Amino acid sequence: MKLVVAIVRPEKATEVLEALFRADVQGVTLSRVQGHGGETEKVETYRGTTVKMELAEKVRFDIGVSDHFVEPTVRAILAAARTGDVGDGKVFVLPVEKIYRIRTGEEDRAAVTPVQVVAAGRA
Amino acid sequence: MDRPTLVPADTAWMLVSTALVLLMTPALAFFYGGLVRSKNALNTMMMSVAALGFVGVAWAALGYSLAFGEGSWFLGGVSRAFLSGVGLEPQGTIPQLLFMAYQGTFAIVTAALVSGAVVERMRFGPYLAFITLWSLAVYAPVAHWVWGGGFLARMGALDFAGGTVVHINAATAAFVAAVTIGQRKDYARQAILPHNVPFTLLGAGLLWFGWFGFNAGSALAANGTAALAFVNTMLAPAGTLVVWTVLDLLRSGKVTAVGAATGIVVGLVAVTPAAGFIGPMPAIALGMVAALPSYFALVYRARTRLDDSLDVVAAHGLGGTVGALLTGVLAAKSWNGSVDGLLHGNPGQLGIQALGVLAAIAWSGVASYVLLAAIGLVTSLKVDRREEGLGLDVSQHGEEAYADDQGAILILPREGTAAPAAVPALAAAAAEAGRS
Repeated sequence: MKLVVAIVRPEKATEVLEALFRADVQGVTLSRVQGHGGETEKVETYRGTTVKMELAEKVRFDIGVSDHFVEPTVRAILAAARTGDVGDGKVFVLPVEKIYRIRTGEEDRAAVTPVQVVAAGRA
Repeated sequence: MDRPTLVPADTAWMLVSTALVLLMTPALAFFYGGLVRSKNALNTMMMSVAALGFVGVAWAALGYSLAFGEGSWFLGGVSRAFLSGVGLEPQGTIPQLLFMAYQGTFAIVTAALVSGAVVERMRFGPYLAFITLWSLAVYAPVAHWVWGGGFLARMGALDFAGGTVVHINAATAAFVAAVTIGQRKDYARQAILPHNVPFTLLGAGLLWFGWFGFNAGSALAANGTAALAFVNTMLAPAGTLVVWTVLDLLRSGKVTAVGAATGIVVGLVAVTPAAGFIGPMPAIALGMVAALPSYFALVYRARTRLDDSLDVVAAHGLGGTVGALLTGVLAAKSWNGSVDGLLHGNPGQLGIQALGVLAAIAWSGVASYVLLAAIGLVTSLKVDRREEGLGLDVSQHGEEAYADDQGAILILPREGTAAPAAVPALAAAAAEAGRS
């Protein structure tokens, strides 16, 4: 089991999500974060005050996956989040010791395998 | 005719009306600004705000003369350029200088309306050039045709406050601009949602308030016609809002706030050409009828490739056309003292109205395209994809609507003050490691 952490551009977040869904990756946590990478800073001016904005808005995906899902997940993110410019972000793949599904208490691989959605849940 | 004299009551009302119409441009900034994504909010609002300056100056320098100076059937002259001969002498019953200012507020808001079709992608410099030239080359001639003694005025076309001059004219230019400049990169690929619907409602409310000056002020006097136009400006959008609400309910079972704001504006647009010519109950009917084409055009447009981002064509083009045509149907001599429409036995008026609409579409379409193509030869009209992704607030203005001071490092005016070096060093280390 791995935890895939991806930091991407906010304007690419929707595309990444769509790519993940197309790759059958359904369990995703998303947060808005700020970070600094290699991108050129933005200079902004408000009346007499000029500032360098050193933190850029990013979106962070946290995705727990079983081993054979790591590659499709990473490939989906790389393809969907890339613009080719500095600032496209990073993907980290981390080892995971243990995973529990809170609802059922299932562990590890069973915990990150999507359940069949009950018809009533979608209605 | 008596020798013209200044009437204090008329002058007072027109002073107020001028201020009311000027308010419509910042109101439009809020209306449009709420409808775009937060990264483009300032850019969108600045497109309206900038018109206050650039079109305002162009109007005083040349636009007023081209629209209202002595001239031909097509265009006024340059006799009043730089306000020469525009003083405190009566124009009707108000000082000509005030008349000039009042008309100037119309030119400003008309140019700003066009921006709705090009938001979130047009470069700001070319935009400024476009609206400035557009106010002279497109707005001024059409205003001359209808209000300055040009050919539509001589034919008897009715356009009380500018359904054709303002709304059809702006919507045609908006259509041409949207096609010429092209779609936003995310259009029809991603959901593009309004970032602040309360702004849009605020803008719609302020537009309605300002529109009392726009329509009732177009009587150019504090008289019964002004009262009629004022009341129609209250009632017609009310009718549109009711029908819009019902359509929302029928279509999705929910009444939307963006829909309500849009419905109000469509009603205001539709009653504009008719305001001083039709009775109050017909005005409600006009407002109700006007909801239908605009509503369905909005729904349809979103499925097409035309990225008229804020639906200038559906709201102002169709609303203005319905208003102009229905003016030819509903005009009543019993209210306006001069002209009847189709319903009162004068079917010819409808034809004249239609001709006015077509003339405005033809001129605005061709001339707007020529202007955009000419500017496009000199410089690019559209930001690149990277800037579009970043948002036009930062790329065009170097500001953010909702700036966060976390990570904002002050650039001190004096050179040599040590900027924090730690962070760039980290970046350099990352680059050294061979990753981007």
